[in-house]
Amino acid sequence: MSAHASHAPNRSGLWDYLTTVDHKKIAILYLIAGGIFFLAGGLEALLIRLQLMYPEIEFVGAKTFNELITMHGTTMIFLAVMPIIFALMNAIVPLQIGARDVAFPFVNALGFWLFFFGGVLLNTSWFLGGAPDAGWTSYTTLALNQYSGRGVDFYVLGLQIAGLGTLIGGINFLVTIINMRAPGMTFMRMPMFTWASFITSGLILFAFPAITVGLVLLMFDRLFGGNFFNPDAGGNVVIWEHLFWIFGHPEVYILILPAFGIISEVVSTFSRKRLFGYSSMVFATALIGFLGFMVWAHHMFTTGLGAIANTLFGLATMLIAVPTGIKIFNWLLTMWGGQIRFPTANLFAVGFIPTFTIGGMTGVMLAVPPADYQYHDSYFVVAHFHYVIVGGLVFGLFSGLYYWWPKMFGKMLNETIGKWNFWTFFIGFHLTFFPQHFLGLMGMPRRVFTYLKDQNLDMGNFISTIGAFGMTIGTILFMINVVVAAKSSKRAPADPWDGRSLEWAIPSPPPEYNFVQTPLVRGLDALWVEKMAGNKGMTPAEPIGDIHMPSPSFLPFLMSLGLFVAGYGFIYHNYVVVVIGILATLACMFTRSVKDDPGYHIHEDELEEKGVKA
Amino acid sequence: MANHHAHAVLPDEPEKATLEGKNKVLGFWLFLGGETVLFGSLFATFIALRDQANGGPTSQALFDMNLVAVATLLLLTSSMTSVMATLALHRKDLKKIQLWLTITVILGLGFLALEIYEFVHYVHEGLKMSTSAFSSAFYTLVGFHGAHVAFGICWITLLQLSATKKGLTVVTAPKFYLACLYWHFIDVVWVFIFTVVYLMGMIGGKVG
Repeated sequence: MSAHASHAPNRSGLWDYLTTVDHKKIAILYLIAGGIFFLAGGLEALLIRLQLMYPEIEFVGAKTFNELITMHGTTMIFLAVMPIIFALMNAIVPLQIGARDVAFPFVNALGFWLFFFGGVLLNTSWFLGGAPDAGWTSYTTLALNQYSGRGVDFYVLGLQIAGLGTLIGGINFLVTIINMRAPGMTFMRMPMFTWASFITSGLILFAFPAITVGLVLLMFDRLFGGNFFNPDAGGNVVIWEHLFWIFGHPEVYILILPAFGIISEVVSTFSRKRLFGYSSMVFATALIGFLGFMVWAHHMFTTGLGAIANTLFGLATMLIAVPTGIKIFNWLLTMWGGQIRFPTANLFAVGFIPTFTIGGMTGVMLAVPPADYQYHDSYFVVAHFHYVIVGGLVFGLFSGLYYWWPKMFGKMLNETIGKWNFWTFFIGFHLTFFPQHFLGLMGMPRRVFTYLKDQNLDMGNFISTIGAFGMTIGTILFMINVVVAAKSSKRAPADPWDGRSLEWAIPSPPPEYNFVQTPLVRGLDALWVEKMAGNKGMTPAEPIGDIHMPSPSFLPFLMSLGLFVAGYGFIYHNYVVVVIGILATLACMFTRSVKDDPGYHIHEDELEEKGVKA
Repeated sequence: MANHHAHAVLPDEPEKATLEGKNKVLGFWLFLGGETVLFGSLFATFIALRDQANGGPTSQALFDMNLVAVATLLLLTSSMTSVMATLALHRKDLKKIQLWLTITVILGLGFLALEIYEFVHYVHEGLKMSTSAFSSAFYTLVGFHGAHVAFGICWITLLQLSATKKGLTVVTAPKFYLACLYWHFIDVVWVFIFTVVYLMGMIGGKVG
């Protein structure tokens, strides 16, 4: 071929991971970083629950409590569950569509490092004068200089940097799914997880710029004397709420749709049936994605937008229950008459269904504006969104991790520990959040660090805290399981679950080029179609040949580091540091733009050496 | 791959001739979709705050039609020259691409100079970032657009410099194409700024 390198560059260990552009390694990076932030967010949650275990105690106190609730929400949403979703998308989507790579490997790596440095920047606030304390929604005017400390500056800049990473990650997946599908992989043959990732990426693309603007405006107000949210100078605090929720509401669908995708895959595989109502599932996913943008003001019923606006947003919100209901029934009907097995992955999937349904029902209750005046800012809301986000998304992520762990790492997670993990987490979850519905209805406000004795709030809070220990034990069991799997010498087979989609057609873990030969897709559940036809594997769509790979690069890391440094410059009003950081980033962009990346080739004979068959 | 193709005959629509090129074009269109939401949010904020002068200068007192007209003329002409560059790209005529892009950059610089003059002038008139909600929204919206113009100028200049070495290939063609697309986009945004910020701002009177 060309005069350029034809061998994989020799990189190993840490340097390999700092420079990788391989989507499967980036998936692992996302999983590790997201996992660490998940533990941090979980620890914050545990401290919150300990403070609320008994009435009128001083365990962490009011100030730290405010920081804890702010950081718990922010960390879990932006730095824990989103990256773990991105981990699974990176690991699985290119395999499911039969692609050798993603559309923009470099951008993919850049997206990870931006998220990582944004998250680190935000979390260093704990050690640099206090974490943000204005709530994860950072409502103005509370989040302005007069009422909040420097922590909010960390919030504004950390989330901005992390958000940029998410945005370019979303664009990468959209292009990958549109342009890089294997021959025969039409849109209506794509596995549900890929569909969900596709719609989610679309939501990311249109939702994240709104928070980008919101954060910029808040940053200008806090750092450069802007007046967007300062009523004394003509500013308007409701603008922040609009911008935040124009992003924030689609964000919850960005979170839940991939979980829906995972559940669809897992339920279908472990029922040994194709997904019931596939096309209605696709339609429901798209409709939920669309409606997700139409309902943001249901977070603002009590803001005073007026009865007409409240009615319309209330109705639009209730509409989402229809496609979501379609999904619930399709999962049930997929199981109906199937040969159901219950490994841990399916336990989490089946546990997800009733739990998420409860969260959905309280959602419809909250969508009634007059009733919302009662529930507003009470623990009822806290219970609702934890049923959706933990009972929905986190159960979905656990299910996906147990399901795809062998594909990602080539090792099986232990089933016995897995079942203990499920039951402690599942029971702990319901114990934590079910009583909070009643606490809310009895008038316990959210975001308040303590409550009075003998107001019928003692028992519910005590039970809730005990439940939090259950979830903690479940999480620790998962970590033990990861260590046990890593230590075990048993290799996972290519297709441990008798799977249906393309990722199970290649070895576990996949080689760096994924498919030796691009597969020819001949129907929905591509691998299952071949299995039913009595074939050993996929039919190749091309002859064996050299495979072109992109070169690793250190630039994504450096580019993100530049913005990280600039972030501190802004926070401490040191504009020399800002300039140095931004110039470093621009220099990396310059280098990337001027230097063409020829990549390298993996030769045919090397493919056979590894003994990999498509 | 790169120099392998450099010697081959350039295909039609060279910007979309390779999968990399196709990916870049699609990815950039999607990026512009995101940018639309970004500017949409800034416009919404500006419209909500445009009458909140807080005792400081109002848009009616400040805006000067002549200055804005010249700036608009420069930018819209540069949009046309960037179209000429795209047409030259499809004729695979590198010399013409570079000529038209050079004119585009010069016009863009003229626009940017006028905008900087305008901002400095307004600050002297007493309109600072911290004066009012209107001032914050004005500087942020128009400044964001200006920053986009500045970025575009740097981008196209860099492209011009590296293309003299690399020539027109299936690797550089998508870059030219995207730069022109980007330049167009910021021109379209300017049309909205011209209407919403300047025309509506000069008509005056309280709205809403």
